[in-house]
Amino acid sequence: MKLIRLAAALAIPVFLIVGCGATPEEQTEAAPEPVVEEKPMDMAPTPMAVESAPVRQVDRLDEGLLAQRTIYFDFDKYNIKEEFREVIAAHAEYLANNPSAKVTIEGHCDERGTREYNIGLGERRASAVQQMLTLQGASSRQINTVSYGEERPNALGHDEEAWSRNRRGEIIYTSR
Amino acid sequence: MFKMFSRLLILSSILVSWLPMSAHAVLQIEITEGVEGAFPIAVVPFALEGQDTPPSVIMSSIIAADLGRSGRFKPFAERDLVAQPSQTTDIKYQNWRILGADYLVIGKMRRTGPAAYAIQFQLFDVYKQTQLAGYSIPANQDDLRYVAHQISDIIYETLTGEPGASNTRIAYITLIRGKDNSTKYSLYVADADGYNPQVVLQSAREILSPSWSPDGRYLAYVSFESGSRGESAVYIQEVATGKRQEIAKYPGHNGAPSWSPDGTSLALVISRIKQTDRSNYDIYTYDLRSRALKRITSDPGIDTYPIWSPDKKYLLFTSDRSGRPQIYRQDLKGGRAERLTFAGAENDRAVISPDGRKVAMVNNSGSGYQIGVLDMETRHFQVLTDGTLDESPSFAPNGSMIIYATTYNDRQVLSAVSTDGRVKQRIPSDEGSVREPAWSPFVKK
Repeated sequence: MKLIRLAAALAIPVFLIVGCGATPEEQTEAAPEPVVEEKPMDMAPTPMAVESAPVRQVDRLDEGLLAQRTIYFDFDKYNIKEEFREVIAAHAEYLANNPSAKVTIEGHCDERGTREYNIGLGERRASAVQQMLTLQGASSRQINTVSYGEERPNALGHDEEAWSRNRRGEIIYTSR
Repeated sequence: MFKMFSRLLILSSILVSWLPMSAHAVLQIEITEGVEGAFPIAVVPFALEGQDTPPSVIMSSIIAADLGRSGRFKPFAERDLVAQPSQTTDIKYQNWRILGADYLVIGKMRRTGPAAYAIQFQLFDVYKQTQLAGYSIPANQDDLRYVAHQISDIIYETLTGEPGASNTRIAYITLIRGKDNSTKYSLYVADADGYNPQVVLQSAREILSPSWSPDGRYLAYVSFESGSRGESAVYIQEVATGKRQEIAKYPGHNGAPSWSPDGTSLALVISRIKQTDRSNYDIYTYDLRSRALKRITSDPGIDTYPIWSPDKKYLLFTSDRSGRPQIYRQDLKGGRAERLTFAGAENDRAVISPDGRKVAMVNNSGSGYQIGVLDMETRHFQVLTDGTLDESPSFAPNGSMIIYATTYNDRQVLSAVSTDGRVKQRIPSDEGSVREPAWSPFVKK
């Protein structure tokens, strides 16, 4: 697990060198192995390049963990699952470093249960994301929450596959 | 450029209309399960007097359909009627006895002006060979359906001893999802038989939780039309004029409005009064005259769907303070809320029958969501429906039926079930998803 994370960290500079044309899919599939095994020292200078002009054209929010804006939840639950902590931590760090940035956290549910109760449950999900963001350095002034309950599904089906995609919190940047 | 575009988007999405207009969507009500021992009744087509062109409205069909829908009557098909008498002296009771009819309805329509009629009808007991009811009612062309429903209600009340609910309306919400994933929500009001649908409000964003004022003139509802991505607010709107008023638009959720039985207050849910408040879904009451807001619950759980007892002493509401949602009762004088439901894993969105004796709700006992009813006196609980995602029950104003939303052929449609679970109706619509039905009180016209 740690190795993969290290590989992923090293992979980002490689991606930047390759250029903006590469898609995130290409990055995650192709990058890790060569970076870890082939002369990683060559990669060392590249982080410096990150600070230089061409890279500014790339919005950090559109890459890596920050590009992940959806947190999924279990049925009738609003605790943040382990696998999404890293994503939330990345957004918390971004918000802490960019005090003018603002987000709205939208809470959503699957179709089971009544509509107004689900709006309450969606709010709990949004609040759980909000709480974790503020615990990790974001200011509560940067975060608003809203719940749409079951009203705005991602998937329109009536089975667990669809339901699991609809139980979610979405991080929406209203100001970057 | 992008900003301008998004501003345009916002503008177009808040273009909501609330002028009453007629639309094509008509709900068709089909009876899927009837009662054994429903009264066989023959409704003879009304004789037309003094008119060259028959009126567009066939009174006898509307009356027969109304009576059939109640589940208490079994009207004969028109082709099975042995004769078509229009006055007492023409009735041969023996023929109707052979047919098996217990009751017989005959009538006349006489044109009294270019668009005016005099309607006369009589109800007979076939076995006793006596008239049980007979009325003459003047009607304008536009009121013919309404008069037919009135006649149905007179027949229903004469024979069952309880008021009929044909001459009432239902409010409901439709959602049409476009191929581009656009959404069109419409709040409709239609006659209880699904005819004459009128758009009350249309919006690209969610409309939820319609609730009738006790005089049947206003609807309270939740609309997400404001804000760039949609924020909830509670409104009340006069159905006939479209005039509306914003009741609650606090920074969090504003929802689940419910009218007090005397029409002076609303109960509703507010999650935050101030932007900086911690979100907590609690029940409030709002006095429509003094505009005073009063907090009723302050539990950390989700409290929602408040509903008044007919005597205005209690609020019933949903709360998950004990884990899963259950129904509680709060004395408005104060004290602790009492938990009312213990059947199954979840009970949510209670509604109280007009006589206060029964509470219908959404129940989950492990195999999805059905409509259940709790007898407040015996505390006996009965599941009435057999769907997996049934929701949003609403009592007919005479307490005989409960209309609710269900799924049929993968689409959300309305259904109705008698309060004893014996009569079932399905109400398919021609397009989109239909949900959130609310049956009107008795309409005074």
